[in-house]
Amino acid sequence: MLDLIWLVLLLGGILAGALTGKIELVTGTLFSGANEGVKVCLDLIGLMTLWLGMLEIAKQAGLITLIARWMRPLTRVLFPGVPPEHPALGAIIMNISANILGLGNAATPFGLKAMEELQKINPDPGKASDAMCTFLALNTSCLTLIPATIIGVRVAAGSSNPTEVVAPTIIATGFSMVIVVLIDIFWRTLLRPWYRRFKKC
Amino acid sequence: MLDVVLAKISIWAIPVLFCVFLVLGWARRVPVYETFIQGAAEGFQIAVRIIPYLVAMFVAIKVFRVSGAMDMLARLCAPVLSILGAPPEVLPLALMRPLSGSSALGIATELIKTYGPDSFLGRLASVMQGTTDTTFFVLTVYFGSVGIKKYRHALALGLIADLTGLLLSIFLCNLIFK
Repeated sequence: MLDLIWLVLLLGGILAGALTGKIELVTGTLFSGANEGVKVCLDLIGLMTLWLGMLEIAKQAGLITLIARWMRPLTRVLFPGVPPEHPALGAIIMNISANILGLGNAATPFGLKAMEELQKINPDPGKASDAMCTFLALNTSCLTLIPATIIGVRVAAGSSNPTEVVAPTIIATGFSMVIVVLIDIFWRTLLRPWYRRFKKC
Repeated sequence: MLDVVLAKISIWAIPVLFCVFLVLGWARRVPVYETFIQGAAEGFQIAVRIIPYLVAMFVAIKVFRVSGAMDMLARLCAPVLSILGAPPEVLPLALMRPLSGSSALGIATELIKTYGPDSFLGRLASVMQGTTDTTFFVLTVYFGSVGIKKYRHALALGLIADLTGLLLSIFLCNLIFK
């Protein structure tokens, strides 16, 4: 799936560039895109280092386990494959909370920590585990209370009511989070077992 | 009122969180400085590990956009969108949103400036930007950090989330702002 998307983006882009006479631009973009990818990673270094240090303190103090224990009723349904009180669950909850509050630069380090912990209990390290898929579904569909960036853009553009978009954003993200979680559970518990049996026949 | 409270939360959350971590660690007799260094040491490796994944993604996405392939795709999809009640101008935003956060924000900002933040288009662009996520970026970074190349159903779930968010923002904006 990812192979196909990547191929379509690259080949489609180069082909379109050839057709529209922008091939020179495409050549330049190939290299500037590569640089940009590295730059994003470099920007992450400081952030990751700071947050992972702080997180280690929280972990040693027992806070991560405590949070995991509080959210047990929810995580039992969402992550049946992860043992209770596993540090991954604490990191997942902190990542989702940061996302909900619009704290983007805190969310990424929590999320990467969660992935690292989930990878430790992944039976097949080359492939995403069910828990990882559920976590990323939660992460990308996440409820947003404060769309801070776009409110800033609206203020800058001179809106008479910059926060009027908050209510529809909360409703839409809340709904899509619930829908995606339900689809994930439906796939894991009903559809996939049925599909596998069908394939065996 | 609500938005003032929310804005305060986003300013205060991180300093407060740091205090909670530090005080709790100190109370539990964790050697805080040593522990910080020990945890922080991983930061560099994790960030560097993501580089190949991000370069692959960024190159493909940027080429697709700069070459004009994105605009061609947008023109193909436009009729579908107008049936749903969205002006065709927002289509590049809808297509770009899961691929690249900064490009999508650029498109949204341009739409808001061109048509005005309080126009239907400006509001729709704002809600769309807030509702959907940069699914490809998130998957690339998160899976890349642990070296996973097979995403299984994570990609489908992420794209379903974006599609649901997109359709809901069109529906809600038509309901509230029209």
